Amino acid sequence: MIWQLDLIIMVLVIAAGIGAISVKDNLGAAILFGAYSFLMCLLWAIMGAVDVAFTEASVGAGVSTVFFVAAVFRTTRRTKD
Amino acid sequence: MDGLFDFIVSKYNYWGYVVLMMIGMYAMIVKKNLVKKIIGMNIFQTAIILFYVSIGAKRDATLPIIAHGHGDAHHAVHAVDYMNPLPHVLMLTAIVVAVATLGVALALTIKIYKQYNTLEEDEINARLRGR
Repeated sequence: MIWQLDLIIMVLVIAAGIGAISVKDNLGAAILFGAYSFLMCLLWAIMGAVDVAFTEASVGAGVSTVFFVAAVFRTTRRTKD
Repeated sequence: MDGLFDFIVSKYNYWGYVVLMMIGMYAMIVKKNLVKKIIGMNIFQTAIILFYVSIGAKRDATLPIIAHGHGDAHHAVHAVDYMNPLPHVLMLTAIVVAVATLGVALALTIKIYKQYNTLEEDEINARLRGR
């Protein structure tokens, strides 16, 4: 585990999480959540959990984002917060 | 004071997970939009999974894979040289469960939108109270 890389990516993960819940658009929130999932997958690959990283990259960053985008297109992009 | 600073800096991983967990909890409680609430739930879940994976990480350890395992019989596997794979396997299940809950939650959100024509929780509550 390289602690400099770990720290940088953890800061990016926290920034992506804050962005995902604070952007005023549901589609943007879904895309930022995909970025959050991918950064989380990088963090797990650094920690040596390659199997968890693979699963997160395919299932978390892939399928979850597709689900979110499909749900947003079937409902609405408008959000008050 | 110096000891406290050392404690905070050396455990920076755990502080990051606590921050992520609180971001998820804030989104679940404060945000009115149902999609935002679901995103908060997912952030909470991944923070807990990250905490468990970080328990198994070690300094100066390799991946828990035996390279060239079949050729020579003298493979002494020292647990010190490998990261602990048990939390990884447990959290693999948790990721799959997280995606299943996400699918159910989004399906319910679509049904709610078809019924009430809005995704905001306060508007849905007002509609329910007015009925």
